[in-house]
Amino acid sequence: MKTISQKTIIQEVKRLCQEANYELPQDVYQALRQAYDLEDSSLSKQTLEVLNKNARIAKETSSPICQDTGMACVFVEIGQDVHVEGSLSEAIQEGVRQGYEAGYLRKSVVTDPMFDRINTKDNTPAIINYDIVEGEQLKIIVAPKGFGSENMSQVKMLKPSDGVEGVKDFVLKVIHDAGPNACPPMVIGVGIGGSFDRVTLLAKKAMLREIGSHHPDPRYHDLEDELLEKINQTGIGPAGYGGKTTALSLNIETFPTHIAGMPVAVSICCHVARHKEVIL
Amino acid sequence: MMKTITTPFTKEDALKLKAGDQVLLSGTIYTGRDAAHKRMVALIQEGKPLPFDVENQIIYYVGPTPAKPGHVFGSGGPTTSGRMDAYAPTMLSLGLRGMIGKGYRNENVKKAMIEYSGVYFGAIGGAGAYIGQCVQSCEVIAFDDLGPEAIRRLVVKDFPLTVIIDAYGNDLYEIGRKAYLEEKNNGK
Repeated sequence: MKTISQKTIIQEVKRLCQEANYELPQDVYQALRQAYDLEDSSLSKQTLEVLNKNARIAKETSSPICQDTGMACVFVEIGQDVHVEGSLSEAIQEGVRQGYEAGYLRKSVVTDPMFDRINTKDNTPAIINYDIVEGEQLKIIVAPKGFGSENMSQVKMLKPSDGVEGVKDFVLKVIHDAGPNACPPMVIGVGIGGSFDRVTLLAKKAMLREIGSHHPDPRYHDLEDELLEKINQTGIGPAGYGGKTTALSLNIETFPTHIAGMPVAVSICCHVARHKEVIL
Repeated sequence: MMKTITTPFTKEDALKLKAGDQVLLSGTIYTGRDAAHKRMVALIQEGKPLPFDVENQIIYYVGPTPAKPGHVFGSGGPTTSGRMDAYAPTMLSLGLRGMIGKGYRNENVKKAMIEYSGVYFGAIGGAGAYIGQCVQSCEVIAFDDLGPEAIRRLVVKDFPLTVIIDAYGNDLYEIGRKAYLEEKNNGK
């Protein structure tokens, strides 16, 4: 049995919120550079160069990469043999509160979604997802999610008879709908299977998976490659001004599902696919 | 290649720009996004004055991060413009000349842009830290309670923009994509 204090959790979450917002993940950096080499048009190259420069400025000056510093999405894997002193959820919310304040990050959360819409002024509540696992480790991933791209994400309950073509059509439709709104080049996560709620979580986890990583099943691996190629043939391009790089990556996550269904979700992120983690 | 524009941004200036033009903007502009637009259009409907005279001005759809001590501005890239489509025609009818954002605009906005000679500029989404460096001064002038959504008066220098939709209704999102696909097909 391992005991972890609330204080440690607050400090770590506070740090992760700031680092995630200031530092573009290395895999995205690399993908941006590769995309730059691939593009022909000067406007596309220029756009990718600005994104690269922007990430450098953000890191060097500890400034947010993007002004939309997101709603804080937190993924927690807690070992069965971990004991947290006090409330884990409260510690995470406090870490977010302190991180957004101390880091000069934008507070983008409103209380009631429809009637009041009053800014909570501290970016809480965060969205927390818990997984209980074996062992005595506590893993916390902080993934601040901007809503320019979040608004363009979609879910659909396909029929089993729609098959792989149905999945491809839906993914491409989502990308066409998103177009320049989602700040291309995008990072895309596709969830297939599970239930209405689970499939969106799969999509988000796929979106957070490392660029260049693949689904272990070679059939889904091939589908990842095929969909990415098709998306990059749409011509939407960097910033939507026309070009080869509409997406930097597309990852798929799957889960068993019901005999009657084939849920599909597409989670879209801009290139600022922020996530930082700690294992305690 | 690169054109320079300053505010006030007149009808004559607007008519000189074409979709796809790259421009550097300097001068005073105003920020405003969802909640501020909702309030401004409500003021117009009540016959009350707006927090600033929109004639020949440019609104930047942005909600910046707080400035750090010793800085005038934080990060501030564009937000998705489509959420302001419901309000933009009213603003254009009062003489608003330019809008800065990212993403699609609907047909009503395009029609109003042609009717009132407005221009829609794109700033690069996700480049907030880079764009923030173009801002020389920032002052909240209305709706302070809205936090990041308050209306701010900014003075910018060489803010890099691309004309997405011009005052004639040409749309770079359509033109750019078509040009890319045609070039690709011809290359085959």
